[in-house]
Amino acid sequence: MPATLLQKVWDAHAVRRLPNGQTQLFIGLHLIHEVTTPQAFDMLRARGGRVAFPDRTVATVDHIVPTRDQRRPFADVMAEDMMSALERNCREHGIRLFDLSSGHQGIVHVIGPELGLTQPGMTIACGDSHTSTHGAFGAIAFGIGTSQVRDVLASQCLAIDPLKVRRITVRGRLQPGVYAKDVILEIIRRLGVKGGVGHAYEYGGDTVDRMSMDERMTLCNMSIEGGARVGYVNPDATTFAYLRGRQFAPQGEAFEAACAWWSSMASDRGAPYDDEVVLDAAEIRPTVTWGINPGQSTSIDGSVPSPADVPAADRDSVAEALDFMGFAAGQPLKGTRIDVAFVGSCTNARLSDLREAARVIRGRHVAAHVKALVVPGSQTVRAAAEREGLDRVFADAGFEWRGAGCSMCLAMNPDRLEGRQICASSSNRNFKGRQGSPTGRTLLMSPAMVAAAAIAGELVDVREFVGAELAYGR
Amino acid sequence: MAGSRIRERSGTAVPLRGDNIDTDRIIPARYLKAITFEGLEAHLFEDDRQQANARARDSHPLSNPAYAGAAILLVDANFGCGSSREHAPQAIQRRGIRAIVGQSFSEIFFGNAVALGLPCVTVPEATADALMQIAERNPRALFALDLEALRLTVDGQSFEVALSPAARQSFLEGSWDATGLLLDRFDEVRRVAERLPYIAGF
Repeated sequence: MPATLLQKVWDAHAVRRLPNGQTQLFIGLHLIHEVTTPQAFDMLRARGGRVAFPDRTVATVDHIVPTRDQRRPFADVMAEDMMSALERNCREHGIRLFDLSSGHQGIVHVIGPELGLTQPGMTIACGDSHTSTHGAFGAIAFGIGTSQVRDVLASQCLAIDPLKVRRITVRGRLQPGVYAKDVILEIIRRLGVKGGVGHAYEYGGDTVDRMSMDERMTLCNMSIEGGARVGYVNPDATTFAYLRGRQFAPQGEAFEAACAWWSSMASDRGAPYDDEVVLDAAEIRPTVTWGINPGQSTSIDGSVPSPADVPAADRDSVAEALDFMGFAAGQPLKGTRIDVAFVGSCTNARLSDLREAARVIRGRHVAAHVKALVVPGSQTVRAAAEREGLDRVFADAGFEWRGAGCSMCLAMNPDRLEGRQICASSSNRNFKGRQGSPTGRTLLMSPAMVAAAAIAGELVDVREFVGAELAYGR
Repeated sequence: MAGSRIRERSGTAVPLRGDNIDTDRIIPARYLKAITFEGLEAHLFEDDRQQANARARDSHPLSNPAYAGAAILLVDANFGCGSSREHAPQAIQRRGIRAIVGQSFSEIFFGNAVALGLPCVTVPEATADALMQIAERNPRALFALDLEALRLTVDGQSFEVALSPAARQSFLEGSWDATGLLLDRFDEVRRVAERLPYIAGF
């Protein structure tokens, strides 16, 4: 019988049906970081437990790392405490840690793929909601909380409810200047921020087939912003080409055997879906958010809606958003003055994202009133970008070139907004206070749009940005 | 260690209106910079409260003394969306909330709450509004949530509530702390692991 990838991965990892009807699901890769694990290790310790599969557990440090001065001990005592706790826990339990001296440290969802740890057909868990990113490889990846981190440490398993599968098909060519980020923002705008609850999103169609792995990661990364805890793309030749030769990927003959198994895990033709949504790629335009959740967005040539124009159920949310953002109904997005530009985060801080941003700013300079920073997703991305000279392009344009980490996406390190600042951001959440100032404001968009806004000092349409050498249409 | 049986939760209720209240609002990220969950309750909804209270004194429901000691939190739709931080239900529970009643919950938040023995039950929009109105009119109204019968009783009225069968059973049996259960048949876990080609070798 034809089956979806979700079903096949589920069946391959199901240990048993628990008395309450949930599935006990084996987790093939447990990624951990400093913020959501110290309490989990303490709970494990209090129960006299041990990490069941230390060799299936991999750690890095990303949320709290300063991106400018990374000397130890960190200036922030609490950050230093968290770093030390992770080091201690990894030592005690024999867990591999990619720390600042490893050359591979970075955002957990960037380093898993680039090290070849993330592979098709796997189950993956991590105490972070953007774990959905790894679904780009055809893995089923769950964001979990700290008690569940404890469960996975102790048993390498999760107790979990089955998921429905929604097929999201994107067809046609993306216009130049339109990116995977715009596609996922459009999907969330259409299906809503809670539309995906209880579902895995399976992304497909010729537009997704043509996307690079970096782009597929951007797509899957923000599944959770649409309420879907899991998002995935079926593995194909693009996936295999990305993985070939990576440190933790199978090598030699084993790689060929792995490709055969990975292919067999892809959804079958005629697989049953709970529902399907189809989008026309050609209709998608560069998209920016104007509100306080990632579903509150419009195209760059659009304007801020009025509470009167939206369905009754959304009226209060729109009014609340306008009040917080200080925007007036009907105000065009283009021309909105920004204070900060941030290229970074697990959504958009991979090498291709940096290249697209650099392409827009080359030979130009950041507007005088804008503070602009680039935070590469990992030390590997940073080094690769430096080999291409991107660091010079950014520095010459007036961007700060930083060390790798989560940085201003959630502001658990010194990088944060001040007061009512407005930030053009390539990150994933525009929640109230998300970027560190309780009244700070975030506008989500693609890295190219952030770069263009940094130069202009206000929101501009990257497609019209004079002289910008635009990315390929896909 | 499995946790205690949870059959009912009762007490006064605090109404918190608004859809899509994310975990960054429930507990701002700056308070995640700690290696324990202790003291999180002091910062529950800190920024939302400050902003509401700056407009009108004690206007945020969680700052309003009339709702002090509430055991039930009433919310709207998609409560707890966003970040997976367990710090959010931890802060709510440490503040004394013993159950949450709302239109819908984010999946990760719901799972985290189950793992803490904090039931989150759902009701239709009209019921959510009716319950909030009751608590707004009378902050001392006593709500009684029965997880066995899946009913919420207040003011002589009884409302149907929904809870996934798995979560309901976990609460009623006291098996909501899953670690022990997951370790029960560890030989089966090993067998599954050994069958997986990416562990056994391709």
